[in-house]
Amino acid sequence: MCGIVGLFLKRDALQPQLGQLLTEMLITMTDRGPDSAGIAVYGGEDAFKLTVQSDDPAAFDGLDTALSQALGTPVEMRVISTHAVLTLPQEHEGQARAVLADRGLRLMGAGTSMEIYKEVGLPRDVADRFGIRAMSGSHGIGHTRMATESAVTTLGAHPFSTGPDQCLVHNGSLSNHNAMRRTLTRQGFPPATQNDTEVAACYISSRLAAGDDLGGALKGTLADLDGFFTFVVGTKNGFGVVRDPIACKPAMMAETDDYVAFGSEYRALATLPGIDQARVWEPEPATVYFWER
Amino acid sequence: MQTLDLATMPLREVNAQLQGQAPDTNQTHWVIENPRGGHAIAAGLTTPIEVTVKGSTGYYCAGMNEGATVHVEGSAGPGVAENMMSGTVVIDGDASQYAGATGHGGLLVVKGNASSRCGISMKGIDIVVHGNVGHMSAFMAQSGALVVLGDAGDALGDSLYEAKLFVRGAVKSLGADCEEKEMRPEHIALLTDLLARAGADAKPEEFRRYGSARKLYHFNVDHAGDY
Repeated sequence: MCGIVGLFLKRDALQPQLGQLLTEMLITMTDRGPDSAGIAVYGGEDAFKLTVQSDDPAAFDGLDTALSQALGTPVEMRVISTHAVLTLPQEHEGQARAVLADRGLRLMGAGTSMEIYKEVGLPRDVADRFGIRAMSGSHGIGHTRMATESAVTTLGAHPFSTGPDQCLVHNGSLSNHNAMRRTLTRQGFPPATQNDTEVAACYISSRLAAGDDLGGALKGTLADLDGFFTFVVGTKNGFGVVRDPIACKPAMMAETDDYVAFGSEYRALATLPGIDQARVWEPEPATVYFWER
Repeated sequence: MQTLDLATMPLREVNAQLQGQAPDTNQTHWVIENPRGGHAIAAGLTTPIEVTVKGSTGYYCAGMNEGATVHVEGSAGPGVAENMMSGTVVIDGDASQYAGATGHGGLLVVKGNASSRCGISMKGIDIVVHGNVGHMSAFMAQSGALVVLGDAGDALGDSLYEAKLFVRGAVKSLGADCEEKEMRPEHIALLTDLLARAGADAKPEEFRRYGSARKLYHFNVDHAGDY
């Protein structure tokens, strides 16, 4: 069992409330996943940034200076609890990743719009430590995890990001992830962990890199991934949902003129403004839904 | 009429009040406000009271119902009226997966659509869905009737026992050992009664009946590879 929430704003007016709305949704899904929680927030187009994590706050001491010197370019750093968001010129991404790996930092995500915050702990505590409520943005995806396939660690928490401004959350378990991990590794999209969900994220990234649109990439999961899944995927300007053909993992969606929302259960949607007038439906099995700005 | 507000009262207290009603209670009509998708609302009732839920519910609403009438003025999450013994459950909106699963008796009415596995392993319950039902509905259904005014998804009635299935619209595919059967006068009578009790505006003659081909009941050595 896990919990998924997602919110894609169709109008700008609600943008300052994105973090607050997503946090309320996430907390209602605590009993579906009390192990760990994570959230991806898409703000406006910004400079290129890498989000990194360390259990030891001292790891961020002087990190920006060290990275600036190594890359020969200014690097800005914003430390939020166990995470740091590093802003740097995108052409230095590869070099920066090498330096960060050398220093034992874990990469959460990369892109010009998306920031990912995830940690072990109750969803409320995770959201509070990163100040998610105060964040604004155009769309966001959150996940509460009850681990089945790999250890309860920060790196095992969702969302998984395996491409620029791309992230994926998952409720379910995949059964062909080992074979798919080898295939994706050969194709140049190696998952970093032993987690099954990361394989799905790499799969989506590989399809997007090959030129598929979000709808095409999501459709591909139905043919190539085996197991139980409800996936919610974010891209810089898009938001997509797909369920496997058996569809035993719960899913609800709501749409108004202001937003499209996803929740594992209706409970997660009940706090949204205007929900009583929203179109609320259960997404069909083996059917791709996506929206783009 | 008694009102219980889930915004101010814990679910366990609400259910305990409803479950604690004596069979001869004078407080026969209850309203539950602010359900907000909560789980197991009005589950386990054993007296013939009427409960109106003002909104949408989560998992297992009216589960194990015995004699009560539960009316949800919204949609219901997975497992609504699961294992119902008797009584009536009416959902104004849609019902999520496995509505009425394993039910032994009573009537479940879904005025919108029901999703996958509606009536799975039903054992005597009657289910009337005004809209469509999803895939694997009436899987291993043993007795009772499933009436669908709209369409049915894939694998309707897979591994069916003796439940009677009536569909007015299209059936995407029939499951293993499920076949279309002749509509006889007793089926028209059964359907007339169920449609009337479910407030459904449809003519019994518009429906097709499906039932078990009874070929899976006994082991057949010639089909050993199929099991």
